[in-house]
Amino acid sequence: MKANTPSERLVNGIIKENPTFVLMLGMCPTLAVTTSAVNGIGMGLTTTAVLAASNLMISLLRKFIPDGVRMPAFIVVVASFVTIVQMLLQGFIPSLYDSLGIYIPLIVVNCIILGRAEAYASKNPPIPSLFDGIGMGLGFTLSITCIGAVRELIGAGQLFGHQILPLADAAAGTAGYEPVTIFILAPGAFFVLAMLSAIQNRFKLGAARRGIDPSNPDSCGGACASCGNSMCKGKRG
Amino acid sequence: MEQMLNVSSNPHVRDKMTTSRIMQLVVLALLPTTIFGIWNFGLHALLVVLISVASSVIFEWIYDHFMHKPNTVPDFSAVVTGLLLGLNMPPQIPLWIPVLGSAFAIIVVKQLFGGLGQNFMNPALAGRCFLMISFAGKMTNFSVSENYGGVTDAITGATPLAALKAQGFVEGSVPVKNLFLGNIQGTIGETSALAILIGAVILLAFKVIDLKVPLTYIGSFTIFVILYMLFSGMGFNGNYLLCHLFGGGLMLGAWFMATDYVTTPITPKGQLVYGCILGIVTAVFRLFGGSAEGVSYAIIFCNLLVPIIERLTKPVAFGKGGKKA
Repeated sequence: MKANTPSERLVNGIIKENPTFVLMLGMCPTLAVTTSAVNGIGMGLTTTAVLAASNLMISLLRKFIPDGVRMPAFIVVVASFVTIVQMLLQGFIPSLYDSLGIYIPLIVVNCIILGRAEAYASKNPPIPSLFDGIGMGLGFTLSITCIGAVRELIGAGQLFGHQILPLADAAAGTAGYEPVTIFILAPGAFFVLAMLSAIQNRFKLGAARRGIDPSNPDSCGGACASCGNSMCKGKRG
Repeated sequence: MEQMLNVSSNPHVRDKMTTSRIMQLVVLALLPTTIFGIWNFGLHALLVVLISVASSVIFEWIYDHFMHKPNTVPDFSAVVTGLLLGLNMPPQIPLWIPVLGSAFAIIVVKQLFGGLGQNFMNPALAGRCFLMISFAGKMTNFSVSENYGGVTDAITGATPLAALKAQGFVEGSVPVKNLFLGNIQGTIGETSALAILIGAVILLAFKVIDLKVPLTYIGSFTIFVILYMLFSGMGFNGNYLLCHLFGGGLMLGAWFMATDYVTTPITPKGQLVYGCILGIVTAVFRLFGGSAEGVSYAIIFCNLLVPIIERLTKPVAFGKGGKKA
């Protein structure tokens, strides 16, 4: 796939360099707000909106921002978009605003957003940067929705707020699912994140090994961040 | 002469003590406690212990088998983990809960971190804490059903520690004799200080453990509780102290779980430090914390401190350190 085309950027963000499972960025919201699948989607889409807009804006301004003060400049751009999104959420989806709480303003310092601004948008033209932001944001949304869904299912027997596994009813004397409460508490976030990362690595590394061609480092897809093959000639960093 | 000149590579001194022998001795030392617990709490306790041990061994085998590792079941460590987990269960727990605890203890805490010797915290206690957080109601329900035929007919319901937490200290509510012999409520293995001490003597006689960790643990705990009594205006009260020493999991924890080789510092000085910290942390959890019991959280918390303690108490190598001439 040709580099820096919109579709390549989307695939890169969602699969190859998935911010949560591969780059391990944005761990604070990943661990804190994924107590349910709905929270995961809400947080993910909010971040996607900010990420796409800030990537586009920073890419447009990349020739004007002096190198020495680029971090403050990025923060100002990101913070403005976060403020807009926060006010929109507060006005139109107050329930989501309440459940995400402090983690909406904290998007300003989300390392995915600053990371993409620094690593991609400040060096590339606006259109690929916009799609890079959308791809990364969708990758983040997908990951934390998965984490939220698994935690919600095991920890409460629910999925998107619906009771999937009927709970035991002591009054009626019926047997049922016994929620493993630890999964909606903080330790559960770490368990689920670790398990899902391991699962995606297993699928990805298998595919990478099958199609590997030592003379062509890019034949494995170039997913060096998650690759454990130290013999690979193309291993970078 | 030829024998004298024979040069071989190390090790030169071998000991009969192997991992599986140590683990078998620990199982042997736990038997008095186990038998007492089953006699005390009835048939369901036996089922809980058996299922806990069996599921631990099965999960160990499953992991080894599917990850293409050498079979580690014969080293008996899974049996010890399962037995300790079973002894940490309330007697009337539903039988699927120890199975879930064994799965977490063996697969997540032990095997995913590299198996025996690499686990960063005591698997049995981590399993217990996993269950405590997940099923708080069931794990602290010590009431018993009719098939309960042992010596315990005096007190039902709360453990001495839970009663202490809820109502404060009531003089004479639990006879000291019952505390020591074990006619009290609690998890299957923790009630009888006498049975645990018999097991501890077995471990000491076979040199499986030494006194450093248990004594500093119990000692610093005792000192902290005495200081608490003096400074909280209660005045020294021997029965209150005994209630804390024998009324919960302190004895089982100090002799069998804080002494786990993998999660205890290897330096002698480090073991003393570790024991002292354990006692203080346990006392703080019990006296100021939200729940009545604090031994299991204290031990896994201190397990996490072990690498730091080992680094700080590393002995100076011969010829290094000291004053420069």
